[in-house]
Amino acid sequence: MDLSFVILIEMLYAVASLVLISAGLAVVFGMMKVINLAHGEFMMMGGYATITAVGLGVNVFVAMLVIAPIVVGLIGLIVERLVIRHLYGRLVDTMLATWGLSLVFIGIATMIFGNTTTGISTPIPGFAVGDYQINGYNFFIIVVSIALVIAMFAVLRGTRAGLIARGTMQRSDMAAALGYSPDRIYMMTFFCGSALSGLAGAVLAPLVGLVPTSGGAYIAKAFITVIAGGPSLIAGLVSSATSFGLVSQIFTFAISPVIGEVALLIAAVILLRMMPQGITGRFFKGKM
Amino acid sequence: MAETVLETHGLTMRFGGVTASDNVNFKLKAGELRCLIGPNGAGKSTFFKCVTGLLTPTEGHVYMRGQDVTGWQPHQIASLGVGIKTQTPNVMDALSVHENIWLAARRFHNVSEAHGRADEIIDRLALGPIARTELGQLAHGERQRVELGIVAVADPWLVLLDEPAAGMSAQDVDRMTEIIHELTRSAAVVIVEHDMQFIRSIAETVTVFHQGAVLIEDHVDRVMSDPHVRAVYLGKNS
Amino acid sequence: MGRSASQDVLITLVVSAVLIWVMPLLISTYTLTVLVIYGMLGLSLGLIWGFGGILCFGQAAFFGLGAYTYAIAAINIGESTVPMILAVLVPAVFATLLGAMMFYGRLTDVYLGVITLVVTLILFKFVNSTAGPQYVIGKARLGGFNGIPGFQTLNVPGDPDAYVWGDPFFYVCAVALVIVFLLVTWLLRSSFGRIAVGIRENEVRMGLMGYDVAARKTVLFAVGAAIAGLAGALFANWGEIVTPNLFSLGQSAEIIIWCIVGGLGTRLGPIVGAAGLAYLKFMLGQQSMVDNTLITGLILVLFVLFLPRGLVPAIASVLSSIFGRTKRRPNASRTRRARHG
Repeated sequence: MDLSFVILIEMLYAVASLVLISAGLAVVFGMMKVINLAHGEFMMMGGYATITAVGLGVNVFVAMLVIAPIVVGLIGLIVERLVIRHLYGRLVDTMLATWGLSLVFIGIATMIFGNTTTGISTPIPGFAVGDYQINGYNFFIIVVSIALVIAMFAVLRGTRAGLIARGTMQRSDMAAALGYSPDRIYMMTFFCGSALSGLAGAVLAPLVGLVPTSGGAYIAKAFITVIAGGPSLIAGLVSSATSFGLVSQIFTFAISPVIGEVALLIAAVILLRMMPQGITGRFFKGKM
Repeated sequence: MAETVLETHGLTMRFGGVTASDNVNFKLKAGELRCLIGPNGAGKSTFFKCVTGLLTPTEGHVYMRGQDVTGWQPHQIASLGVGIKTQTPNVMDALSVHENIWLAARRFHNVSEAHGRADEIIDRLALGPIARTELGQLAHGERQRVELGIVAVADPWLVLLDEPAAGMSAQDVDRMTEIIHELTRSAAVVIVEHDMQFIRSIAETVTVFHQGAVLIEDHVDRVMSDPHVRAVYLGKNS
Repeated sequence: MGRSASQDVLITLVVSAVLIWVMPLLISTYTLTVLVIYGMLGLSLGLIWGFGGILCFGQAAFFGLGAYTYAIAAINIGESTVPMILAVLVPAVFATLLGAMMFYGRLTDVYLGVITLVVTLILFKFVNSTAGPQYVIGKARLGGFNGIPGFQTLNVPGDPDAYVWGDPFFYVCAVALVIVFLLVTWLLRSSFGRIAVGIRENEVRMGLMGYDVAARKTVLFAVGAAIAGLAGALFANWGEIVTPNLFSLGQSAEIIIWCIVGGLGTRLGPIVGAAGLAYLKFMLGQQSMVDNTLITGLILVLFVLFLPRGLVPAIASVLSSIFGRTKRRPNASRTRRARHG
């Protein structure tokens, strides 16, 4: 009984962290058809922003949930103005340029923070369920992810900006014809996407020690989750995070964490081979 | 009695709830020139894509020279000796006219024969002056002509053309008509087209598509004067 | 092709002979050897990406696979000739299977990128986790993140005690690169190569002409992997140790950067890009003012933004405009299209 509860929590946590890791990339890809390979480094910077802010005496939750997203969002805005906007419509070129940017950010972070692991302790204590110890912070991550999905849904469904965003997702030329400047929409989208990456990096930072190269651990998973999810933003994100999260946890429990990771990757290869358009390209056409 | 080169039995293609091609039975004899016409959305292009292997039909069969080719890949169908031209010019932009045509010839001939065949076609289509120019730098009409050259150089016995006259000038269309007539000497030709003027100048038998199905199949003059066809074209439901 | 085949071969031989003679006077052969090996690795991606339009994010996988195959086989066999052959064959076979799966599934662009990247990660994660004593192939322990040291290095075929190392090893690598370069030249001049370029330009058209596009892409992909595998085996001999880092994404990224900087759609570009950037990195490694990664990243961003065709085509067009010859105008759209597979 206790064991099954622990397993349930672990499963939820695996799915939630995948959602969190991929959300920023999904927004940018879904809206702009741009793959931001510097996404992992945006997360890394979110982590460093949190640690720096906490070091300056800011409350840890404020640092994670407010400061990190804003700082990273602004960095994203600068990146969009300087680099990305020159490359719209050139999918592969944007991938290459953002890959270059990711290396630049790793370099800068190394010069500022050094090539050593820094970290902050988890602000929520663990507790015991029967014989098992549960990390209380995992709950926090599950809650944040659920809140994030609900918030994204609410913004896309309920606000004017969301309506324009959904329009742009389906037909960017039509949105432009209706008088909405794609330039501004893309700018805002990239800001939001980067802020989400910053948030994810900040929230996950207490769980993993932070090094300038930690972004690399995220980007591949985020990339796979988003591409496998397919064209629909929220449905794609949730469905592919759920499938990959479950697969990796099942194998982690059954064999080992490494095999869990490998299983996730193999699942991704099989999934893309079967459904080259992603899960939502096949099953949820035209939803968001 | 000439051999049947292309035949479909109950060809049906559905996209979700839409039936784009509905139980089409079609027959083409060797050496015949046939135009497929119909208003937008009549199912001509879907039919074309099913026949060329770009789509696999939901139901029904496609036969070429008696062989069942349903569900074959385009390259397998082309390997039989079927020349295909899609709606938008499909050419290799960074390669020269000669290289484009040579690549098509190389599929069925060895290197030096392919050169000979390519030169011959370039002469026949009067592409000589631009033979070394990259396709990306050519005008639309010239690109269409090169693509016909790509089709012709392979000596096909069946040629399938999707809107070959689209977006071309009157002079280009005349030249195109000439080339197509030349093709019919050795091959059966199917042309999907919307341009009535062009059809009148080239066709004998036309097949009219309407709502995915064959509406009528007859000589071009009789089809043009058919009140039903006129109604379909003018958008009235009779 | 402006020049005839024999002229091309002659020029290649003369230029490379001069370089092999002059370069050791300027740079130590130890460093040169690795530059040559990276040049070969760059060429392997330059072939499939620049001429076949296949953007592989995991060329490092084949490099690593070649290196590991060599190391494992060398430990088990105790000489180097068969391991060298295996180091070319294993990546080629692996690429054939992977390529067939991808190309018959009609995956392109991003999806191709994801799958090649994921496969590289799988290999990296797997090899990294094989530290335990239970992971053994024959007599060779995989060693996880520590890698495999202490295998038999290159020897004269038939005589396991006659090691080839130091200067002679450099000459072996340099000659290997020249041979591979000539083979690639021959391949691109052949019908197969020209058909590959046709497929890069327009897959649908080539299919409608009757070419089996998937099969041809698979073969080209395997050829690229074989070259990368050879480079990997030579690298293993140079470093005398193989580690999981050979499979890392960073390594894959670097190969892509070499191709972009050197110039896609040329044979020389990726080699020049690889050797040049690797040497730059080596020089930068001797200072600690600016971080190395930062400069690599900056170079990539600046090239994508301002010189997307790469150095070699740019220099070639400058030269031809100086000498007033306009026989082959390099076309900006060519590299763009090539990249989009």
